Amino acid sequence: MTHYVKAWILALGLILTPATAMAQDALPAAPGAEAAPAEATADAEAPAAEAAPASGLDPELYTPMKPTEGVGMPVDGGLDFQPQVSETGKQAKWINNAILLPIMTVICLFVLALLLIVIVRFRRGANPEPSKTTHNTFIEIVWTVIPVLILLVIAVPSISLLAKQFEPAPEDALTVKVTGYQWYWGYSYPDNGDFEIISNMLPEDEANARGEPFQLAVDNRMVIPVGKPVKMLITGADVIHSFAIPAAWFKLDAVPGRINEKVLQIDEVGVYYGQCSELCGARHGFMPITVEVLPEDKFNDWVRANGGTVKGEEAVEEGEAEADADAETAADETTTEGAPAEAAAAVN
Amino acid sequence: MTTIAADGQIVDDHAHDADHKPAFFQRWFMSTNHKDIGTLYLIFAIIAGIIGGAISGMMRMELAEPGIQYLTGWVGAGASMDEALHLWNVLITAHGLIMVFFMVMPAMIGGFGNWFVPLMIGAPDMAFPRMNNVSFWLLIPAFLLLLGSAFVPGGTGDGAGTGWTVYAPLSTSGSVGPAVDMAILSLHLAGASSILGAVNFITTILNMRAPGMTLHKMPLFVWSVLVTAFLLLLALPVLAAAITMLLTDRNFGTTFFDAAGGGDPVLYQHLFWFFGHPEVYIMILPGFGMVSHIISTFSRKPIFGYLGMAYAMVAIGVVGFVVWAHHMFTTGMSVNVKMYFTAATMVIAVPTGIKIFSWIATMWGGSMTFKTPMVWALGFIFMFTVGGVTGVVLANGGIDDNLHDTYYVVAHFHYVLSLGAVFSIFAGFYYWFPKMSGRHYSELLGQLHFWIFFIGVNVLFFPMHFLGNQSMPRRYPDYPEQFAYWNEIASIGYAIMAVGVLIFFVNIAWAFIAGRKAEDNYWGEGATTLEWTLSSPPPFHQFETLPQIK
Repeated sequence: MTHYVKAWILALGLILTPATAMAQDALPAAPGAEAAPAEATADAEAPAAEAAPASGLDPELYTPMKPTEGVGMPVDGGLDFQPQVSETGKQAKWINNAILLPIMTVICLFVLALLLIVIVRFRRGANPEPSKTTHNTFIEIVWTVIPVLILLVIAVPSISLLAKQFEPAPEDALTVKVTGYQWYWGYSYPDNGDFEIISNMLPEDEANARGEPFQLAVDNRMVIPVGKPVKMLITGADVIHSFAIPAAWFKLDAVPGRINEKVLQIDEVGVYYGQCSELCGARHGFMPITVEVLPEDKFNDWVRANGGTVKGEEAVEEGEAEADADAETAADETTTEGAPAEAAAAVN
Repeated sequence: MTTIAADGQIVDDHAHDADHKPAFFQRWFMSTNHKDIGTLYLIFAIIAGIIGGAISGMMRMELAEPGIQYLTGWVGAGASMDEALHLWNVLITAHGLIMVFFMVMPAMIGGFGNWFVPLMIGAPDMAFPRMNNVSFWLLIPAFLLLLGSAFVPGGTGDGAGTGWTVYAPLSTSGSVGPAVDMAILSLHLAGASSILGAVNFITTILNMRAPGMTLHKMPLFVWSVLVTAFLLLLALPVLAAAITMLLTDRNFGTTFFDAAGGGDPVLYQHLFWFFGHPEVYIMILPGFGMVSHIISTFSRKPIFGYLGMAYAMVAIGVVGFVVWAHHMFTTGMSVNVKMYFTAATMVIAVPTGIKIFSWIATMWGGSMTFKTPMVWALGFIFMFTVGGVTGVVLANGGIDDNLHDTYYVVAHFHYVLSLGAVFSIFAGFYYWFPKMSGRHYSELLGQLHFWIFFIGVNVLFFPMHFLGNQSMPRRYPDYPEQFAYWNEIASIGYAIMAVGVLIFFVNIAWAFIAGRKAEDNYWGEGATTLEWTLSSPPPFHQFETLPQIK
């Protein structure tokens, strides 16, 4: 019931002070500034973090970072998109807020204004004798051509965004393989000794104890290095799931028998939450995604804490790995998930 | 073909005894009369709408605040939490299927189509009156199968919890038990019903127009039903094929959608949406037709740009077949495919824009009155515009990545359906109710219904755009507390809307109890189509002498 009360307090606040709503627009402007303090607090709290030892990893190497309120998660009563922390995400959000939203608003207001004008000017009281006009070729051409032009204005940035989203990962990019299960996520790191993280939703009391939002927080997070393109390979083990990180404008279905690939690059250190976005059965609503983005050295520490191997440390092996990167990822499928991997081979 | 000719002869014979109606059972259970079948369709759609609407009420109750409050109670004592959560999926599935297949389609095509296509083209009845009867009566077992599926095992719990899209493999290996089979068979029957109906409408419209009524003189509602019937005829067999493959995958060991056997789950999505996208136009095109007549009638002005209006619908129908994969932007398509479907989808905005502006141009220079059907039609134009522009946002493959499967999509399709299609259904209902029943409804209650419903659905669905921007996924029985505020508002909106619907039913009851008798043409000189030349209600058999169109 506390949620309920809190919601109403927030609601009242929003209604009484329009400035609060405005403040949310200001948020996206400052994520860069916020990221650094967040990192700092995570460091400072590291010794005190035994309150949350549930990560089960060596605390000298890794302690789960605290999320920043309002970043990487929804805010109650929020209107706009979450602050974006990836380049394509920023571009997409810009296209929406600077091009689509103004055009949409203008079109709706234009139609509304026309409706109000006809309602006032051409009501029976004001205009008892209707005209008999049924054609006007010029205006019909105008209202066909202008929408086409508007669509072109939208299409150009939209298509270039698409092209950018599909830029392939560089050859040496870190690969993370994401598998959707009913009803949890698995993250394996084939470049780092192929360990797999199994990620389940945290129960409410544990999420609260860790200071994380319930139904978004998980026990073991997917961790990636900051500012580097990560090759995401996404598949489903049983039914279709969908892997989503709203703060990075990233969503890709986890389809059994297919391996979907997309590049994820997050440029700011932090914790980012997402939720399964394709109906996958009873607990569809309860298999959240938590991505923790760390500086490279801390990411390497996290890899070590999980018993994995850090790439640079075996220079010889890395050369091999790069040479047959494609073949290797295919082989990795077989080791982690027998059935879908075979199926994937069949599809490919 | 001789039998049909013979039947036609018999009908003609009956027509001689002045407006003789069959006895109750024969009239309502063995009907071959297009108006009676239309009435049956409308009653059916209202009943299905009450059930589908009640289900959405259950959903809004559960979503009003964070936490699972009611599902565990509804699923019954002794059931596990997972069964309660499965019930949620059953509710969303049932709501979608009922509203699409058993409310909007029967109301628009079966109800208004049956009633007014023959009247508007000056025909005595539909081309195949018995097939018309079959179309209607296939819907009853279809609906019963769907409702019955909720009470048999469907995997985690009772009922089909696959979503209305019935995606494999959740609907195949993911749902053990007869519930999904029953839902699939229900769709088969509903689909067969619609295909027969489509064949009937196409034949009727192409062959039975009154002398002098060329295609280019045909009323726009008839145009809209003609385009819709072609969409049905081309799209539904693909759905039938897709769900038949689901059935064989489920029961006979085929692997159409199972990668382990060489199939592909995404193939199902392609097949489904090849049907599913034309389906959304099937649900809105007849509404376009009705709104055109209402705008013209209450502006006392002929429709502006008639040919543009007709061919805009044809264009929407044609382009509607080549945009389906915009429902699948996150399934892992290649960049070129995404670019194509982005561009093709945006093209649809052009003919839609033509329609919106032509409606406004029809009113421009008119002499408008604002009776109940007109306020619904005006509400339709604005709300459909709002739903249309969010559709342009979603059409962008790169933007859709973040919005796909969030409440933004829910907001978008409810603006075009719950505020678009449903507004046009109410507009058409108020426009023609006195014609169909012979009784006037209360104008006051009709206006009250509009305003309360209008406020309710906007409070209900507008906040969902914000939830979607904040990335609340669809089909969730519960949510993090950060989504609480707008969900609470949306649930309040539902309650307001429900009051509006209640007024609608009071109004119908009022009309039958105390409503004035309706004249032949109660809207006056603005109403120019053939149904207004007949009495209200029209005779049991009309146009025994075919009208001449100059």
